[in-house]
Amino acid sequence: MSKEKIQICPEFSDIMPPEYRDLVEQSTYGNEDRGWKDIGNSKELIEAHSLCAGCPESMAFRYILASLPNPEDTVMVGSTGCTSLVFPMVAVHNIHSLFGNQNAVASGLKRALTLRFPDRVKDVVVLAGDGATVDIGLDMTLQAWFRQEKFTTICFDNELYANTGGQESGLMQKGFVAKMAPTGKKFDKVRLPEIARESGCCYVVHLTVSKPSLVEKVIKNAVLLAREVGPTYIQLYTPCILEIGKNSMEGLQEMRDSEKPGERFNYKEYITDEAKQYLADIEAKKKAAAIPAAQLTG
Amino acid sequence: MANELSEIQKSQIGKQNKKGQTYTDPQHLFFKAPRTAAFYTGSEVIKEAIRRANVDVMVAYPITPQSEAAALIGELYAEGYVGDYMRGESEFAVMGQCAGAAFGGARVFTTTAGPGTMRAMENFPMWVGSRLPIQMIVTCRGINSPLSIQPDTLEMYFLLGTGMLVWHAETAQDFFDWMLMGYIVSEQPDVHLPLALCCDGFFVTHTKDTVMLTPPDMCLPSYDPYRSPVVCMDMESPPVRMMRDPFIMKSNYISYMTHASWQEETRAATERSRKHTIPLLGGLIETENVDAEILIVASGTAVSQGREAIRLMEDAGLRVGLVKVKSLRPFPFEELREATKNAKHIFVPEFNVIGWLATELKAALPDNHRIIAGPHVAGGMTMPAEVIVEEIQKTLGKRVSTLAARGS
Repeated sequence: MSKEKIQICPEFSDIMPPEYRDLVEQSTYGNEDRGWKDIGNSKELIEAHSLCAGCPESMAFRYILASLPNPEDTVMVGSTGCTSLVFPMVAVHNIHSLFGNQNAVASGLKRALTLRFPDRVKDVVVLAGDGATVDIGLDMTLQAWFRQEKFTTICFDNELYANTGGQESGLMQKGFVAKMAPTGKKFDKVRLPEIARESGCCYVVHLTVSKPSLVEKVIKNAVLLAREVGPTYIQLYTPCILEIGKNSMEGLQEMRDSEKPGERFNYKEYITDEAKQYLADIEAKKKAAAIPAAQLTG
Repeated sequence: MANELSEIQKSQIGKQNKKGQTYTDPQHLFFKAPRTAAFYTGSEVIKEAIRRANVDVMVAYPITPQSEAAALIGELYAEGYVGDYMRGESEFAVMGQCAGAAFGGARVFTTTAGPGTMRAMENFPMWVGSRLPIQMIVTCRGINSPLSIQPDTLEMYFLLGTGMLVWHAETAQDFFDWMLMGYIVSEQPDVHLPLALCCDGFFVTHTKDTVMLTPPDMCLPSYDPYRSPVVCMDMESPPVRMMRDPFIMKSNYISYMTHASWQEETRAATERSRKHTIPLLGGLIETENVDAEILIVASGTAVSQGREAIRLMEDAGLRVGLVKVKSLRPFPFEELREATKNAKHIFVPEFNVIGWLATELKAALPDNHRIIAGPHVAGGMTMPAEVIVEEIQKTLGKRVSTLAARGS
């Protein structure tokens, strides 16, 4: 889709909601340099959401949507959970169908879009919670990676089932007392980043959303690499402040505390040599394109 | 108007695809194109229909008795007749992959059977609610425990409430014609629903029959995803926030009403499919001698056995009529009431333990004491015509002869 397609028919312009007019006039579709810094200066691709006040997931959503390199040609696939309450307010096409089938849906979707638009890039990005990604949907998560399906999988890891009220999940820490883990969780947090690496992902990053510039870089890398090199996996710590007994203002600090050296969300990245080379080539091309402009100004 | 093509589809007619097949007006393809006889198994017939169906994506998974057909479509893909083809990891995943491809605007095909159908069940109401016109062949087999791979139509009972169109083919010829016609019906803007095209596994898939095929160099026009009543998820149309508050979040009348009205709408779409289906399939039912006092009403291969029973009884001087039910969703209420109005006894032979067709008929027909739910066989048992004759004779108070086929 080009930005030209997002227009308002003049006859209806006076009755269109102001949010939609803003989307047409002030959003960042088609802007190659779009990023988290546009937040506050442009119309975001996410409208008012229904998540809890101060929910780190809502921050993550905003950074991700601001960082997509090609939102005008991106289709997102979600799953059941808190994220599925946000997707209806997102201004890129998105699919929610069932709980846990997101990577299967994305596999079919990416293949259909590749077939129908052979000369254009259509990015597919999966965004789902840890229950959907690691528990009920693990089979389909892994199989999509085994098959080298070319899309990005993003997991919002809040270490429990938040939307259903705080039940134990596979990504929960060992020993944590939760619903369905009345005496504490008996086994370790599932090591999905390592599993992702072994399952064929070319780029795996495990981080919190405390630093928007870092989230932006990682999301852009993940989407660009998934186009050409292979599947990519991003696991973001988005604590459920409600279920871990924090206040609205404490989400950011919780993430900062959890990413310190030795803590369980310390930044972790894995990238194949091929993926590294691909990103370096993109960077080199960008620099080469920037030189003539520099000469002009010089 | 019934079975209209879009402008994009009309503009394709007469042109050729990359395999050199000519996009052909469906009416011409179905009713006027020359046909040649071929002696094929049901699985091979599925392959031949897909060769002519211009399918974009097929997702396969092995389960008896559909594995052969699913693998044969793989050969078509290798030859270039199908856009993309993959083996999924389970039926639940396969139906998700089918959904993804259909959301992305592809014409999608899959096949499944028995326990696989049951495993995938969560997907089917989702396909319906999402208005995805996927075609799924169901080669029915047992779903009971202990494990059985034999023919048994119990799984169809579970499909009847999903909101999918459900048709039941009797023969390989039905299969060939209805697969091609099915896409045309399913993809109509006022229908736009998935189709479960069922047959009795092995009896149809693994036996050879003479089938009249359309020319292999003619195919259906492509699917036009921009005729969908809901947005195609390809970012080719402006992204609209679907709603301000997700309905699942709200416990109020508007929320309930929205869900209820969409369910009503998908069921209404099923009913709207009639006007497209009737001219193509020649009606939702087919009748023979329905002025007779005794009728056999059946679907699938039970129809074939019913025909045989009618012949045996004719030899014995007893006149019996036949109603073949082709479509179960939409259910042919009016047609069945009309066809059975003279009947005093209505026999419903079935290949499943519960007799779901008889249950449906009892709910649909007046004076339902006329309906005899049987004979039914299950678990892979065959239903010799003599078993139907015996059931009829027993009910009419006639002498029953011992059947060698029953081993007694």
